[in-house]
Amino acid sequence: MKVFSKIYLVLIFLLLYAPILVLIVFSFNEKGSFAAYTGVSLKWYRELFRDSTALDSLRNSLVLAVSSAAVATGIGTFAALGLDRMRLRWLKNSISAVTNIPMMNPDIVTGVSMMLLFVAVGGILQTDLTGFFSMLIAHITFSLPYVILSILPRFKQFDRSLREAAMDLGCTPAQSFFKIEFPHILPGIVTGFIMAFTLSLDDFVISHFVSSPDFVTLPLYIYNQTAHKVKYSMYALCTLIILAILVLLLLVNFVSGIGARGKRKKEIA
Amino acid sequence: MKKKLSLLERMAAVPHIVWIALFIVGPMLFVLYFAFTDKNNQFSFSNIGQLGNYSHIFLLSVLFALIATAVCLLIGYPLAYFMARSKPSTQRILMILLMLPMWVSLLIRTYSLLVLLDNGGLINSLLKAMGRKEPLKIIGTGFAVVLGMIYDFLPYMVLPIYTSISKLDNRYLEAAADLGCTPVGTIFRVVLPLTVPGILSGVTMVFVPSISTFYISQKLGGGKMELIGDTIERQFKQATANAYHVGAALSLVMMILILISTLIMNKISDGDEGGVLV
Repeated sequence: MKVFSKIYLVLIFLLLYAPILVLIVFSFNEKGSFAAYTGVSLKWYRELFRDSTALDSLRNSLVLAVSSAAVATGIGTFAALGLDRMRLRWLKNSISAVTNIPMMNPDIVTGVSMMLLFVAVGGILQTDLTGFFSMLIAHITFSLPYVILSILPRFKQFDRSLREAAMDLGCTPAQSFFKIEFPHILPGIVTGFIMAFTLSLDDFVISHFVSSPDFVTLPLYIYNQTAHKVKYSMYALCTLIILAILVLLLLVNFVSGIGARGKRKKEIA
Repeated sequence: MKKKLSLLERMAAVPHIVWIALFIVGPMLFVLYFAFTDKNNQFSFSNIGQLGNYSHIFLLSVLFALIATAVCLLIGYPLAYFMARSKPSTQRILMILLMLPMWVSLLIRTYSLLVLLDNGGLINSLLKAMGRKEPLKIIGTGFAVVLGMIYDFLPYMVLPIYTSISKLDNRYLEAAADLGCTPVGTIFRVVLPLTVPGILSGVTMVFVPSISTFYISQKLGGGKMELIGDTIERQFKQATANAYHVGAALSLVMMILILISTLIMNKISDGDEGGVLV
């Protein structure tokens, strides 16, 4: 059983990684073909960096991800506060249900529905509404449920008697909120921001429907480039993205590992 | 004791409510509007009436998504189980290995599969070097599309199942063994029933993107495999504005399909929790 489970794990992970590894290995192949590996070269990387649209799309992606995550985190934090304090059960439940629609729906339906909104309203106003702002609105909208989901439980876990104690000891309600309750929910806000940021960076389907050709993000750029024939500079781009993600994942794991160890040390002390 | 809420606390959710009304409810209403009007903005059922023409595409999409989901479950459950049963240090590494493909864009993963399977791709180049004249046609078949779905979405099946297996109380397994259950019997009679919520969330996370995909079928189907996602995408991105109405009707049907299956899933998992309590 032990041996079988090891073989199974190795086999499935090998299959999962084979296409990605092939991509990485052949991104360094001088000759743009699978027929022969003519030598290691950075030719395709040079070609990639000569392509200014690739770098523009990366910048666009980052700008969009930071701004949409910031707005979504702002709205979402207040929404979580409001939902936590809300006493009308039916209102609370219906707000949550509507908020979660983009999470339940297939991305294509969310994308199409937003596109129809922008097209119809744009038709009434006689302008083209698609572009940076339509994408910003769309990205904020699909990030909101994830932001609220990571903040709301923090509010729920918070022991309200702590705030009352702070006020008994002379804090104003605002002080007690910012000194006692806010630090408790802060990790949820940070998680929410990171989630919104990564969701925005990764999104292709919804962006595909609400974008216009003058604001292209990285996934849209990859889509356009892979639409026709095989381009080896795309292998290089994909390799760079995969490596960036790997480094980030290892870093997060490393930092959280140190954090966990630090905590354990503190507990022992 | 109910405390009085400050004005800020009472108003905090208002921007969010306005936002979701404008950008979640609003777009949904536009889908409804477009689905039930014709190109002259007159109320009509003609778009809904035309849906019959797409029934074979719907059936093919459901079939492909079901096969992909079933295979993901068959491959993914043992994977999750073995992962959860390995050493903690190994588990950490395996988790990173599982998360990495999830973080890499779907476009890149699908593209990497195309690189492998294409007519001029690695597999066919190797076959050619081994003396095969005709390239093996994989791209453009239903097999390639289903394979793409399995490859792209397998981690989404493994992760929730892995989480629910790791949360499992070991004492249940010891109790089952003490009471004479064989190891295999324990898996089928104890582990499997207790991890149904994880299975259901994995199934949803594979089925929903599989049935609505258009990139996988575009790339790996080589333009020959049309799924419902492709049809919708074409109505909105390539055809003229008149096609929006049929596209909206198709999206509406897809939304209702997903809604119904989600409700059924929730019903099953609720029922199961009740069963465990008894």
